Amino acid sequence: MTTLDRFARSFLLTELVGGMALTLKQFFSRKATINYPHEKSPLSPRFKGEHGLRRYPNGEERCIACKLCEAVCPALAITIESEPRDDGSRRTTRYDIDMTKCIYCGLCEEACPVDAIVEGPNLEFAVESREELLYDKEKLLANGDRWEPVLAKRLELDAPYR
Amino acid sequence: MTEFLNTPVGMLALTVAQTLALLVPVLIAVAYLTWAERKVLAAMQMRKGPNVVGPFGLLQPFADALKMLMKETIIPSGASRLLFMAAPMLTFMLAMLAWAVIPVNDGWAIADINVGILYLFAISSLGVYGIIIAGWASNSKYAFLGALRSAAQMVSYEVSIGFVIVTVLLCVGSLNLTEIVRAQENLWFFIPLFPMFVIFFISALAETNRAPFDLPEGESELVAGFFVEYSSMSFALFFLGEYANMILMSALTTILFLGGWYPPLHIEPFTWIPGPVWFALKIALVLFFFIWVRATFPRYRYDQLMRLGWKVFLPFSLLWLVLTAGFLKITGLLPA
Repeated sequence: MTTLDRFARSFLLTELVGGMALTLKQFFSRKATINYPHEKSPLSPRFKGEHGLRRYPNGEERCIACKLCEAVCPALAITIESEPRDDGSRRTTRYDIDMTKCIYCGLCEEACPVDAIVEGPNLEFAVESREELLYDKEKLLANGDRWEPVLAKRLELDAPYR
Repeated sequence: MTEFLNTPVGMLALTVAQTLALLVPVLIAVAYLTWAERKVLAAMQMRKGPNVVGPFGLLQPFADALKMLMKETIIPSGASRLLFMAAPMLTFMLAMLAWAVIPVNDGWAIADINVGILYLFAISSLGVYGIIIAGWASNSKYAFLGALRSAAQMVSYEVSIGFVIVTVLLCVGSLNLTEIVRAQENLWFFIPLFPMFVIFFISALAETNRAPFDLPEGESELVAGFFVEYSSMSFALFFLGEYANMILMSALTTILFLGGWYPPLHIEPFTWIPGPVWFALKIALVLFFFIWVRATFPRYRYDQLMRLGWKVFLPFSLLWLVLTAGFLKITGLLPA
């Protein structure tokens, strides 16, 4: 009986018809593709993208040159030099991130006691030469200024879990 | 005008015009078949497919054609130059040649010959030469293996296609393609001969080297099969020939089993649409099946392919042929 059953099944192409029914169902299904440059998929507030250095609302830069980020960075991508400023506060004179070394682990932003260095939502910072990926303090501060509203929102959303 | 058409020059001009009127739509259909294939495959894999060049990506085939034309034609140093260049032309020519006998509407065939089906059979058998020559002339092991597989496959499946065609011929009593369609005015042959229809369709997949029988091309094993070494326009000719053959096999399926240019029912809304449109719609339906099958099934192994051809289809179609012949004889339905 099982032989007959198998024989009938293979002659009636049941498996093949089942397979084709499945692909036909997929044919009418919703497509997973998005038209990337025009449409974008949602990002988590914890998404680790391009770095930025934030400022206080009065314009003073947050970074106090504690060098915790430099110490924690597993890829040794961060280089900081600092000296006291005229008003006696300690500030960086140099804050470089080599974006080609960075592994986007986010440990720098977790180490930072003043939420100065953060990883933003920007993932479209492709450039044409390697040199452009060696970010200096000016570039990082500019990034921070550019993304500040989003960065503040992200920190607020993530605050309960910190 | 009628006088001019009776002169030799006039007849030549008329034939050229008829040929162009058939081949230009065929070539456009080939171009859009590549587009449709990408769209349908994409949809079945939950992607969107080409949608950037023109509305819905409709200009994609032209962009592809331009790209092909711009590329450099590379002839491998070890290749047999003459045969290497001749093979794609042969493939393309044969693919176009077969269209001469296809009746698009009642009496609309360029050459309405009495042995139409034999002509088609002969032309499709010659198609193997293009592939063998290409594989041999390339002087590459991948191309050679692909050509051998392809030849073996096409020869094996032509046998069962032959028996299927003979079964249809028994029901019609003529080798003329127009007569074959006329015999289906009231009942399309895919209903009484359904098993033969399925065998014919699967054999057509094998005959045109389509998935799941695409092992002559077998991207994952043979790179691209018999045309690995080809580039630019010679590659495009193979591509065009292959897709034109797909459309041809669909047209043949339509003529043999799906009632050619006839509407499904001879009642009002269906009869408004002219015959050639029905013919094109049926071809499109069969082509959709070609692509649908490609999206569904994995590739056959070589021994499985041979087993299916020789041990399943051949005896089965032979048996069905004898049954049909006996049935027609006993019931007295055999056409004179």
